[in-house]
Amino acid sequence: MMGRGNWKFFLGLSGALLLLILLPLTFKISSYSLHIFIMVLYFSYLSSAWNLLGGFAGQHSIGHSAFVGLGAYTSTFLFLQIGLNPWIGMVLGAILASLAGLFIGFLSFHYRLRGLYFVLVTIAFAEILAILFSNIRFLGGASGLVVPLKEESLWLFQFRSKVPYYYIILTMLALNIFFCYWVRWTRLGYYLMAIRENEDAARAMGIRVMDYKLLATALSAFLSALGGTFYAQYTYFIDPLTVFGFGLSIEILIYPIVGGVGTVLGPVIGTFVLYPFAELIRTLLGARTAGIHLMVYGAILVAIMILAPRGIVGLFGKRFSPKKEK
Amino acid sequence: MVSLDLFLQAVVYGLIMGSIYALTSSGLTLILGVLKIINVSHGEFLMLSMYAAYYLFQGFQIDPFLATFLILPILFFFGAFTFYFFIRPILKAPEINQILLTIGISIFLQNLALALFTADFRTLELSYSQKTLALGKISIGVPHFAAFMISISVTMGFYWVLKNTDLGRSIRAAAQNREAAILFGINVDRIYLITFSLGAACLGVAGPLLATFYYVTPTVGTVFLLTSFVVVILGGMGNFLGAFFGGLLIGLTESVGAIFMPGSLSPVLTFVVLIVILLLKPEGLFGKRRR
Repeated sequence: MMGRGNWKFFLGLSGALLLLILLPLTFKISSYSLHIFIMVLYFSYLSSAWNLLGGFAGQHSIGHSAFVGLGAYTSTFLFLQIGLNPWIGMVLGAILASLAGLFIGFLSFHYRLRGLYFVLVTIAFAEILAILFSNIRFLGGASGLVVPLKEESLWLFQFRSKVPYYYIILTMLALNIFFCYWVRWTRLGYYLMAIRENEDAARAMGIRVMDYKLLATALSAFLSALGGTFYAQYTYFIDPLTVFGFGLSIEILIYPIVGGVGTVLGPVIGTFVLYPFAELIRTLLGARTAGIHLMVYGAILVAIMILAPRGIVGLFGKRFSPKKEK
Repeated sequence: MVSLDLFLQAVVYGLIMGSIYALTSSGLTLILGVLKIINVSHGEFLMLSMYAAYYLFQGFQIDPFLATFLILPILFFFGAFTFYFFIRPILKAPEINQILLTIGISIFLQNLALALFTADFRTLELSYSQKTLALGKISIGVPHFAAFMISISVTMGFYWVLKNTDLGRSIRAAAQNREAAILFGINVDRIYLITFSLGAACLGVAGPLLATFYYVTPTVGTVFLLTSFVVVILGGMGNFLGAFFGGLLIGLTESVGAIFMPGSLSPVLTFVVLIVILLLKPEGLFGKRRR
């Protein structure tokens, strides 16, 4: 069940995890740096969730913000309206997002549609939600929702310091990676990869292609929505543009592709390299003229796609990189 | 109760926007059909074309309709440039890489425009901007009417080229079966280059037309890109005629829908149409069912 050499994998991973656990304890980190770390972990988490569907199963969603947004809005809305505990709201949001995922999946996979349909449908679906949420006053409209400050407690998912948030998202990420690793080396993972490589062959081997694609979509949506609630609780504020926007959807998939799509650690590596780098060019160039730093970002993206199409993981040996031909 | 005049007015303006959608979408669907690439930077090409029309008028007093003759070749060569240096190297890469590359180009161009032209909304003040034609009780803006006539004729002309010329036949052959086209002596790489450039050239026409009555801003392309995606699915991916009628249909849906609901919500209708199509006839209005 487990792949060869996995003890090395776990040793490395545990080491990295230990370092990350100790980080806020041993060093005096400024609030700003801690924020960057939290965002890196947050995007690692979302990218890993995307990778489950986009990487393993090869179904590329460019509308993952739909799921993040549903998670963020469900928990926040219920907390605001009926005072429902955010942790329960988090799970409800995730369930709602999986149902949405099943719906989108059904729309784009039935009649054995494949490939670009899913891409276009996911983009469209996220956009519908962004427009809807911007226009329904009941849900906060374009100005969004503010999470009410009650008291500082784990039960209410509210803290004054950033440190607890750091540990929460670190835990979520660790569990997510472990889950991806488990999927990767079990029957489910092999099914998904078979579907990615050749759908017809997978079907001929007796894999229920439709069911597994839907399952992967639902799982990925579920995990993404949990991330959405975390974001809402961390920033205390959500609006349609930040949680449903096209920009977020793109950011979520950039990291896995830069890191190495379809590998367990690719998304995390991609985020750890690219996010701080993007932050750096933002602080260096962002103040001068609006748009310059994003121009650089776009140019880097183009360069990576042409020069290192298999991502960072792909640069280091074949062992980690999946075969990917159309 | 909605009066008949209001309804007809909405139909007319729906068809006008629809003709622009038809033009932008036919470029997108052509690229999709032949190169099998979703060009996310399509919207930014349109945005640049609109800015070109804007500044040609502000700087040199060149009428946008005349400027088309200048902007069309510029966009054609810009498309060729983009294809040659960026698209060509990744033609065999996984589809998600191709999409991400065009997203990168899109981010770059959008922010280039932001840096150069600022985020201000700009509109052209033409001598005939406010002039209208009366058609019974319905009035049509002169620029709108001209834009409609031109975009319809250009799209139909384009369709004629695809159907009746050697170049058109080669493009359709490359779209249907790349290997077979090569066997028949078609230089497929050259066809790819021409197709991508022609797709961009469509926007060289659509941009100036649109700039006569629509605002220009660095993010204007996104609106048209998303609508064009829906039109492309609606018409059947890669189906030129489908994109034409799909564009008109979406224009009508938006415009007529806006009578019955708050204007900012009417784009949702576009997507409702999309969902219905996907449920009932996912190969598009004019598509043939594959297996």
